[in-house]
Amino acid sequence: MDQSNDILLAVEDLQVHFLGDGPAARAVDGVDFEVRRRETVCIVGESGCGKTVTALAILGLLKQPPATIAGGRITFDGHSLLDMARDDLRALRGRRIGMVFQEPMTSLNPVFTIGDQIGEAVLAHERVAAEEVRRRTIRLLDEVGIADARQRIQDYPHQLSGGQRQRVMIAMTLACQPDLIIADEPTTALDVTVQAQILTLLKNLKQEKHMAIQYITHDLGVVAAIADRVYVMYAGVVVEQGAAGHIFDRARHPYTMALLDALPTKEKRGRRLYSIPGSVPHPAYKPHGCPFHPRCPYRRQSCETEFPALCDYGAGHQARCPVLFADPAQTEKTS
Amino acid sequence: MPMDTKHNPPAAVDETYMPPSRSPWAETWHLLRKNHMALTGLVTFLIFFAVAVAGLAVTSGTDPILDPAQVRLQEKLRPPLAAPKVDTLRPEELPAMGIYLLGTDDLGRDVFARMLQGAWVSLTVGFVAVGIAVGIGILLGGIAGYYGREYVQLIHILCWVAIAVALVLAFKKFWPAAALLTAAAMAALFWKRRHSRSRSPLPRPLAWTALPTLQVDTLIMRAVDIMLCFPSFFLILTVVALLPPSIYNIMVVIGLTSWMGTTRFVRAEFLSLREQDFVAAARALGISNARIIFRHIMPNAVAPVLVSATLGIASAMLTEAGLSFLGFGVPPPHATWGNILSDGKSFIFDAPWLTFAPGLTILVVVLAFNLFGEGMRDILNPKLRERN
Repeated sequence: MDQSNDILLAVEDLQVHFLGDGPAARAVDGVDFEVRRRETVCIVGESGCGKTVTALAILGLLKQPPATIAGGRITFDGHSLLDMARDDLRALRGRRIGMVFQEPMTSLNPVFTIGDQIGEAVLAHERVAAEEVRRRTIRLLDEVGIADARQRIQDYPHQLSGGQRQRVMIAMTLACQPDLIIADEPTTALDVTVQAQILTLLKNLKQEKHMAIQYITHDLGVVAAIADRVYVMYAGVVVEQGAAGHIFDRARHPYTMALLDALPTKEKRGRRLYSIPGSVPHPAYKPHGCPFHPRCPYRRQSCETEFPALCDYGAGHQARCPVLFADPAQTEKTS
Repeated sequence: MPMDTKHNPPAAVDETYMPPSRSPWAETWHLLRKNHMALTGLVTFLIFFAVAVAGLAVTSGTDPILDPAQVRLQEKLRPPLAAPKVDTLRPEELPAMGIYLLGTDDLGRDVFARMLQGAWVSLTVGFVAVGIAVGIGILLGGIAGYYGREYVQLIHILCWVAIAVALVLAFKKFWPAAALLTAAAMAALFWKRRHSRSRSPLPRPLAWTALPTLQVDTLIMRAVDIMLCFPSFFLILTVVALLPPSIYNIMVVIGLTSWMGTTRFVRAEFLSLREQDFVAAARALGISNARIIFRHIMPNAVAPVLVSATLGIASAMLTEAGLSFLGFGVPPPHATWGNILSDGKSFIFDAPWLTFAPGLTILVVVLAFNLFGEGMRDILNPKLRERN
């Protein structure tokens, strides 16, 4: 299978540290992942496990200092983003990689109409006449499912609902037809019905525009709805990766399994939901060995000293736990 | 699975049941109409503006309709509304309005004409001085707020010092030296810029030039503190005493000594706006820093600046009147409210209108500006708006 030029974004051994008083906070501690063209990749994990920081590092939007990129490589379409000059990187942002943020309420500038702001996104990278900008703005609003776009371009953000604002944000991101959209929990701040609409919208747009989507979330329900492939992150490390089906049906890492157990389903109706004991370790004070071992029900002596290697389960499914499913025979039994 | 949004847009989205679109300006105007004090201030200001412009038209030129410099010694210290003694005056000396609306001064000049002339001076001094102050304030405050955390490198400080020295040299007419210094500084800055883009380390003998020395924020805000240490009226007095007397010098000097408040305001606004999500979103769209500063942040920061500018105009007009009163202001025979007041003070018991006319006018206009400014502050700040 030739996938080498199919890979749009490759992050290799990325390390982002935050320097301050005391030891450096290793928010991202050796993350590897890749996004292929036209696929939806989900990055899943609890709050504070480095998902957003990874996304900001890709776009070069981290505040340095206090953040420093301590190591690793980020390659987008053959270009190394970390070595790129600032202006080139800026030209790439928005034009080839777009980002949708979590809070649609505050991500729009309150003093401009939404038409102005989408037009701004168009003008950021292309020189086009005002009439053309207007036409494209209306078309973009149509595409993201805002009814009566011709009227709505004169509206101010405070006149729109949360879902509409998120649609506007997506329209801004689409303005220059990027190859990759990084969506950082775009539905977290919305209620469930709107959430479903936005997810459908993203799915349809991905089909129409042949984009790749890197979707960051902590909601496994969302993952199930849109993901082609999934990376599960914990404490700045990818602990499990694979096709969405593999992750949901045959999780191979205790953390992924715990997340799935914590998900409310029909079968678990009426029973008390499982919750993972403890919380994510502070990035400056991570445990030695496997970062998950203090919360892991399957931990062994070796977990406290050895950083676990990735174990391969075939077809791109890998998990960073050599303990639980080390023996293929045992794998069959439990699944 | 969820339906296809594109061809079947969700009907539940509340598209039509929304209040009509109202821009922030329309909103402000709506609130202003309810605030009677501020509205009174605004109306008074508009009248003053019209009068000042009309005053400029009727009192300037070679043969003005109302000549503020026309001396009629036989008509001195006539009270307001007095009719001229027609038989003692030559035809060209007759006041155009038929009466002395605000009386005459000790040289028999029409006080109304002089007040009109002074109105234009007050207006321009107020606006130009505040324009300069706000311009500097927005620029420095914006830099301090947006780029405050960046360090200035030694080479940059050296270059700016060199350019400043070159300016002084140019002022003293040492042209070749000035040109040479400027060219050298510019070349160094340009070279540094190109080099820093390529992100390669500097060659060792030049590495010291990239030493971070001072934070931008420290540099600017300590300059503000230093400027605020001077009692500004005496600073202005000293500078004006050294410079040739002219209305333009006064405007510039008042402007250059009153930018600190605006700088602090703008910096504070920028510090909070810089962290807003919409700024992050704009950066993620690849919009340049300059555009983010001027298109995205500035319009959000403009409200408090507008308020402080309105209040600043009032205080600039007061400062100008004070300077003219002390005799450091606009040189006579040009009339300003300050020097009419000053001339009138020796006759305060014989001809009180000479002090009351400019005094009351200054009071009313400054009060109007303050009322308007404070009203705008209440309107533009939603937290204060809740209370009334």
